[in-house]
Amino acid sequence: MDTVAEPTLFKKGAEANLYLADWHERKVVVKVRIPKEYRPEALDKQIRGYRTIHEPQLMHEAKAAGVPTPLIYMVNVPEASITMQYVEGQQIKQLLNKVSQDKRRELCISIGELIGKLHRQGLIHGDLTTSNMILSGDGKIYFVDFGLGEKNSEVEARGVDLHLMKRALQSTHYMFWEECFKWVLSGYSCVLGVEAAGRVYEKIKEIERRGRYVEERKQ
Amino acid sequence: MRKTHADPQKRDGYCLGIESSADDFGVGIAAFNGEILANKSDSYIPAEGGIHPREAARHHSEVADTVLSDALKAAGVKPSDLSVIAFSQGPGLGPCLRTGATVARALASYLEVPLVGVNHSLAHIEIGKLKTGVVDPVALYASGGNTMVTAFEAGRYRVFGETLDIALGNCLDVFAREAGLKHRKGLPLGAAVERLAAEGKKLISLPYVVKGMDLSLSGLLTAATTKLKEGGFILEDLCYSLQENAFSMVTEVTERALAHTEKREVLLTGGVAANKRLQSMLNIIAEEHDARFSVVPLEYATDNGAMIAWTGVLAYRHGLVTSLDESYVKLRWRVDKVDVPWIQ
Repeated sequence: MDTVAEPTLFKKGAEANLYLADWHERKVVVKVRIPKEYRPEALDKQIRGYRTIHEPQLMHEAKAAGVPTPLIYMVNVPEASITMQYVEGQQIKQLLNKVSQDKRRELCISIGELIGKLHRQGLIHGDLTTSNMILSGDGKIYFVDFGLGEKNSEVEARGVDLHLMKRALQSTHYMFWEECFKWVLSGYSCVLGVEAAGRVYEKIKEIERRGRYVEERKQ
Repeated sequence: MRKTHADPQKRDGYCLGIESSADDFGVGIAAFNGEILANKSDSYIPAEGGIHPREAARHHSEVADTVLSDALKAAGVKPSDLSVIAFSQGPGLGPCLRTGATVARALASYLEVPLVGVNHSLAHIEIGKLKTGVVDPVALYASGGNTMVTAFEAGRYRVFGETLDIALGNCLDVFAREAGLKHRKGLPLGAAVERLAAEGKKLISLPYVVKGMDLSLSGLLTAATTKLKEGGFILEDLCYSLQENAFSMVTEVTERALAHTEKREVLLTGGVAANKRLQSMLNIIAEEHDARFSVVPLEYATDNGAMIAWTGVLAYRHGLVTSLDESYVKLRWRVDKVDVPWIQ
C-alpha cells in the first residue's frame, strides 16, 4: 500500500480529520472518517464505508460536470480515508463577509452556476455550506466534502440541496444572506434554465412549509 | 413585543408563567433573581392516539384554576405580589396556546401588571441555562413537537440544524403507539421505548438520513413501523434500532454545529432530554470537542411553566412586554425570529 509522508492534523471536523501530507512531491490532504464512539459499531462502519466509497465517485462526476473538485489519489475503505489534492486558497466562509458587495455578487453567482452544473448532471452535493467551497489562487471555486452527496435528478433532492445552501447563508452570513441567496439563484437558473430552476424554487418553498413552525405552513 | 417604560429595572419581583402549548398545562413562578419558587402542571393524557388539540385545550381550561392556585400556594406568593405575567405565545397547538393566553390576559388585566409573550423554544433553552449554569451552548432542543440545534449568534438563537419533517419525540411516540404501548402517568411513551430499547441487542438496518446539518425522521419511522407490522422482529430490537438510528442522526447534526460554531458547551433540553441513551451520545461528542455537556433537570425537561416564568423575567427586565393587541398566539413562531437582548 502506498503511503503519505509526515501527515499533520490541520482540521478536526465533525465527521473527519483532515491531515496535510506529502505524497510523491505533491501536497495532499488525507481525509480520515474517524470511528464515532457514540453510535453502534455496525452502524458506524456502514456510514463511514458508504461515504468513503461515494465521495470520490461523486467528486469525479462533479469534475466531469464542470465543477472543480480536488484530484483523488488514493482511497482506503477499511480505514475510511481518502487522499486528495490540496487546494491552495481560501474558504468562501472566511471571505464572504469581508469582500466588497461586487465581489460578493460575483462569488455568489459563480456558486449558483456551479450548483446548477451539478444538478444538471444529476448530482446532489448534500452539504452545500460556504465552508465546503474554496476559492483557489487561479480564481476557480472548488467544491469539497461530497460525503453526504448522492446521484439524484429529482426536483425534491435539488430543492433540499438549495434549501441547505440558503440555511447555511442564513446562519453564517446573516447580514447578507438574502442578497447572497438571490445571486446564487440567478447563477443557478442561468445554468439550469429558467423553467427547471423555477420548479426547484417552488420545491424549496414547499420544503420550508413542510418544516416545523414556518409561517406559511402547508396544512 | 415592544419596549416599555414600565419598571423593568426593579430588582425584586415575581413573574408567573403559563405554559399550554401542547398536552401540559403548567404554571411556574420565578423570582427576578432566578429562583424558581413553583412549577406545577397537569397533563392531558389522551385515551387513545395522539394529542387532540381541542380535547387538550378543554383539559387545560378545566385544570387552570387548580394549577394556578397550587403554584401560588407552593411559592408562598400572593397574586398581588406578582409584577408580570408571562405566557407561552408559540409555537404550539392553536387551541392549547389560546387557552393559556386567555388565562394570562385575564390575570394581567385583573392585577394590572404587564404581559409578556414568550417563545416556547427559547424558554426551553433559557431554563436549561438557568438550571445547569451553561452560558453559551450549542443547544439541542428535542421534544414531541420540535427538534433543532441552535446556538446564539448576533442577537438571536440561530438554527443550525433541524428536522425537515417530524420531531424526534413524535417519531418515538408514534412508533410506541403503533407497537401498542400506552401512555401512563409517570411513564411517557418515550420512556417506554427507552426501557424496551435497553433490552434490545440486534441492530436492525433502518434509514439514516442526514442532509447537511438537517435531518429527516419520517422515513425512519415509516421503515420501523413497516418492520413492526411485517413481524419477525423482536420489539426490543426494533426499539433499540430506532433509537440508535434517530439519536445517531441528531448527535451527528449536533456535532456538526459544535465543530462549526466552536462553542464550548452542549446543552440538551426538551422532553427527549430525559433519555439516558441520548444523553450519553451527546456526552461523547462534547468530550471529543473539549466541550462541557449539560442536560436540563427532568422537572424542567418537559413543557413547564417555570421556563416561561423565567424567560418572562429576562424579557421584562430588558424592557420587553406584550400589549394586549399583540398577544395573539403564534403557532409557528420560530426561535430565530426572536430578539434576545439579554445576551451580549
